[in-house]
Amino acid sequence: MITHLPILQVIVPLMSAPICLLLNRAKLVWLFSLLASGLAFVISILLLQQVMISGVISYELGGWQAPWGIEYRIDKLNAFLLLIISGISTVVLVAAQTSIEKEIPKDKHTYFYVLYLLSLTGMLGIVATGDAFNVFVFLEISSLSAYALIAMGQKRQALWASYQYLIMGTIGATFILIAIGLMYQMTGTLNMQDLSHRLPEVAQTRTVFVSFAFLIVGVCLKLAMFPLHLWLPNAYAYAPSIVTAFFAATATKVAVYLLIRFTFSIFGFSFSFATIPLQTLFMALGLIGIFIASATAIYQNNVKHIFAYSSIAQIGYMIVGFSLSTAAGLTATLLHMFNHALMKGAIFLALAAVIYRIGNVELNNLRGLGRQMPLTMAAIVTGGLSLIGVPLTVGFVSKWYLLTALVEQGWWPVAVLILLGSMLAVIYVWRIVEVAYFKAPLDENIKVKEAPVSFLIPIWTLVIANIYFGIDTRLSVQVAQGAAQSLFGVSP
Amino acid sequence: MLIGLFNYWIVIILMMIGLYIVIAHGNLIKKIIGLTIFQTSVFIFYISIAKVDGGTAPILADGITQYSNPLPHVLILTAIVVGIATTALGLSLVVRIKETYHSIEEEEIQQQDNEEQQSKNKAEESA
Repeated sequence: MITHLPILQVIVPLMSAPICLLLNRAKLVWLFSLLASGLAFVISILLLQQVMISGVISYELGGWQAPWGIEYRIDKLNAFLLLIISGISTVVLVAAQTSIEKEIPKDKHTYFYVLYLLSLTGMLGIVATGDAFNVFVFLEISSLSAYALIAMGQKRQALWASYQYLIMGTIGATFILIAIGLMYQMTGTLNMQDLSHRLPEVAQTRTVFVSFAFLIVGVCLKLAMFPLHLWLPNAYAYAPSIVTAFFAATATKVAVYLLIRFTFSIFGFSFSFATIPLQTLFMALGLIGIFIASATAIYQNNVKHIFAYSSIAQIGYMIVGFSLSTAAGLTATLLHMFNHALMKGAIFLALAAVIYRIGNVELNNLRGLGRQMPLTMAAIVTGGLSLIGVPLTVGFVSKWYLLTALVEQGWWPVAVLILLGSMLAVIYVWRIVEVAYFKAPLDENIKVKEAPVSFLIPIWTLVIANIYFGIDTRLSVQVAQGAAQSLFGVSP
Repeated sequence: MLIGLFNYWIVIILMMIGLYIVIAHGNLIKKIIGLTIFQTSVFIFYISIAKVDGGTAPILADGITQYSNPLPHVLILTAIVVGIATTALGLSLVVRIKETYHSIEEEEIQQQDNEEQQSKNKAEESA
């Protein structure tokens, strides 16, 4: 059993999806999905433990040896990502049943869970696999179910957002497919490990350059890196709240993982950063992304839009850390992936609770909600503080590591810009605080009560995690550092 | 040289046609057509790279030593299935967009969204 963990990680949610169709009773399906996701979470914990103790796990599908058969390869980076994805998915699912009762027609509940589990499968698969073509297949599994999930939103804008995402997402995925084809053409292999050995021999050919270019653009489309982010705000704002919470916390992280995996492990650090001026490009785009997205967030009136733009800004921080191309910078990026998942999970779940009670999250309708839904609003505020990077929250930890990494390289101006960017976050978080705590409630909201327990438990689990990992950073920092160092070939 | 790379020229031309349609056309169905052409170009690309000059189908037989590579063909079968799923999902989204917006022109849909937003903002101001 224990040797089959890597494949079970993916198979459990995959097989649970069709079983959900058979069960076909909303409550039952919910419990079953929760169980499947929880099982995936347990598996990811076991995998992480195993990797931390005994190093890389290689699993050969069907017993076919590695370069020929498909290999699942779990190292620290994968295990870390698997933990984030399955953990957030499980926590979010706890609140799912209550939330979708209000947002999705009853006859579609089963399909919702089927798609949710498929999307989870896709993300876990992308991370677990060690085969380049497998990445594309899982990418499409998760994307196709994501388009359908987003289209389930209440408003008609959800359909339009989903359509736009479909067009952009498919172009991105096809770019990745082209890149994989070109790589195969030059090396004759699809196994990531094998690719990393064979690509350096042909690194100076135009085919490999083209392949790398297609790959970067494709992944950055999926990543919603500025200026390829246009699909993201509407897709997040109009999707059902639970879907937003799940995707905001995980989907872009998976794309960041792909970026790291391809540039560092497969093409190799020296090719990616020495042959191609990736550093300047990503540094500039990351910084511009932080400022433009944060500034746009300030002018939004829908709170979901505010935090969707803030997500794009946070991706900017990850990109800046990545572009440093040092172990310290990469550690900051990985930490921020973990921490951002905790913050955005908490915030969007809290917003789901607000939608459950008052039906929307227009800023004006949130007036006075701080008194009526104290626990929910406190969660949003804590998440907001974490976004800003206030000490004792996780946001502070990753910003701190990012700043030290920048200063270590002597990039003072960039460090100052990062701090200025965080100030913009203060403004948009303050707008919400001001409305929620210092304004009289709307007449129609006067009877609004605190969110039900099924919301409060997952929300506060994440909020407490936000604070816990802000104080006790041993686990997250240790894993992130280990993963970053192994990507640079330094054994920890 | 040019003739030898004939397949790849077709791939590039189709790819550009597809992308151009996706970008330039406002009609949602046409966009999906463009997307399909774009994906098809990649299918042809994969099929082309598998061909070995003078190679035959990869079936063991006497007197034949050179075979074409079957792997990219198998890979692209998967990608074709994915492509069909994407097209189907895209078209079904268009159907529902048509039902709720009564239009499949990008401009008209965006105009309707903007008008809705403006009337909402006005209502809030007056309140």
